[in-house]
Amino acid sequence: MNPRVFLVDDHHLVLAGVRCELGSAVDVVGEASEVEAAIEMIRERNPDVVLIDVHMPGGGGRAVIEAVGTTHPDVRFLALSVSDAAEDVIAVIRAGARGYVTKTISGPDLINAVQRVAGGDAVFSPRLAGFVLDAFASDPQPVVDAQFDTLTAREREVLRLIARGYSYKEVAARLTISTKTVETHVSAVLRKLQLSSRHQLTRWATDRRLV
Amino acid sequence: MAGTRVLRTTPATRGLTFGAANRQVWEYGAVIHAVGVEAADPPAGRPRRGRMVAGVAAWIAHRLGMPPWGVRVAFTALTFAGGVGAALYVVAWLLIPDEGTAESIARTARRARHDRRQVVAVAMVVLGILLLLRQSGLWFDDGVVWPVAVAAVGLFVIWRQAERRPHALVRITGARDLRSTLRVVGGVALVVAGVGLFLAANQALVAARQGLLATMAVVSGVATVFAPWWARLGRDLASERAERIRSQERAELAAHIHDSVLQTLALIQRNAHDPRTVGALARRQERDLRTWLFVPDTDVSAPPGSLAGALASVAAETEDHYGVSVDVVGVGDLALDEALGAMVSATREALTNAARHSGATEISLYAEVEEGQATVFVRDKGCGFVLGAVDPGRRGVAESIIGRMHRHGGEAHVRTHLGEGTEVEMSLPRWAPP
Repeated sequence: MNPRVFLVDDHHLVLAGVRCELGSAVDVVGEASEVEAAIEMIRERNPDVVLIDVHMPGGGGRAVIEAVGTTHPDVRFLALSVSDAAEDVIAVIRAGARGYVTKTISGPDLINAVQRVAGGDAVFSPRLAGFVLDAFASDPQPVVDAQFDTLTAREREVLRLIARGYSYKEVAARLTISTKTVETHVSAVLRKLQLSSRHQLTRWATDRRLV
Repeated sequence: MAGTRVLRTTPATRGLTFGAANRQVWEYGAVIHAVGVEAADPPAGRPRRGRMVAGVAAWIAHRLGMPPWGVRVAFTALTFAGGVGAALYVVAWLLIPDEGTAESIARTARRARHDRRQVVAVAMVVLGILLLLRQSGLWFDDGVVWPVAVAAVGLFVIWRQAERRPHALVRITGARDLRSTLRVVGGVALVVAGVGLFLAANQALVAARQGLLATMAVVSGVATVFAPWWARLGRDLASERAERIRSQERAELAAHIHDSVLQTLALIQRNAHDPRTVGALARRQERDLRTWLFVPDTDVSAPPGSLAGALASVAAETEDHYGVSVDVVGVGDLALDEALGAMVSATREALTNAARHSGATEISLYAEVEEGQATVFVRDKGCGFVLGAVDPGRRGVAESIIGRMHRHGGEAHVRTHLGEGTEVEMSLPRWAPP
């Protein structure tokens, strides 16, 4: 069954373009170009995945993710943005998005990402993997919560391969593990990214606007 | 008119060149007053050919369309009228630029930073000339020349101050800068002293006292009336300046969008049939705009002397050259040294190979600086090749990548399979900065 997708972007040209790229691989159940309208319609239509723009007037994608998340925790969000700025990426992920892709992504890759998010997995682009590696780089500061504030060696390895441009399947082949295991690692990293109490995570993101 | 030069500048540059243009206007204005000539264009300068002394007379004659000897006679005659001719000549010489140079001696002198000794020296020379003129009889009268000299010094001080801080005169009420206020007050005092001396020397002081008192009463009355307005003028100037900076920024943004984005869009329309060119144009524009928008002060994202900065520019070069897209991801950074520079060169080679031979349109570049080493990966998902089957005559991989890394104490590995793409890994032992 095709995932039911909702589009949110304040640029109508982008909405049309994304709709066209997704084609018949997904069912687009609606679209909105404003924060308020988006929250209302998403609650009403209850899609599987919301493709959401990060920068919008009235609070941006983050406001939508936080508002919908309180009432409809099953709706999954995939952030779609032109911005590569670390603070934007980290902010939407911490708000609850399951992944982050840039608008230059190819059609098939976007469909793949949507399906992955619909299936409950996380979508890490090479750039996002790089950000996470950088943010969780070993540093002398005392770790507050070991469960969330550090990455395991395996998770690091997986992220490093993703940053090098490997797909999940290629990562699995390289590490001789199953694709499912790769997905598990990536989802664990996403959880850490969202739940980590590393206070420098936010500061890190604001410190460097671009990597 | 000189003034139109200001208006003709584009909105983006207007704010930036405003100060300079203003100075020019002032200077041309001075020239016009000094020689009584309507200067239509920037003057062509004192001619080198046909000059007798410094070309001032020749310049004026050329401007007025009359024979030079007439001007020279006039100057000579004026010189006997108490030295006025000589003084005028010197002033004109200072204000009219020499042929072939863009700016006059006075302007150069004003722009240059003076130290105190220089000012004293010039004052001494002027004093010497004055004494010389007095001795030789080319002299009005002590009661005229000395007051004028004192007043001239005062005017000079005020003018210089106005040049340096255009609003100093308005700001006196605010007294924000004590030194500049003192200078202005001192200058005014000198001018007043010069006028007073003149009046005293000509026995007109007594007569002028009545008028002076009346004038002072009027001036103080006017000052009381206009004081609030004056104070507000100071505030308005500040807010006007802030507004000007804002509009300047807007103009800069508009100019940038126009210069780069619209041009690129035009190019894209013209090359619509060639997807490769369109892609390359769009990517270059995107990179440019991103740098401009997200990186403060239009600096490049990473300093050029850093590993990340160097890799980003190598990636950009490859994108422009071969019409592929290079996805750069970096973790950590280091200042470039010789060995890291070699690694950047090796990376360039690897990117070029991937762009030229792999057939892939996307290349991943990942650089990582961690405890103990710096590593760069260049990966494409192209056709790959068989390592042993490379023509021995082609030394790109062996020399430019592996050999180069070894020479600098690093390592390089190439992983490739037919149909599965290629990955080049280069590493150098390095310590990340604390």
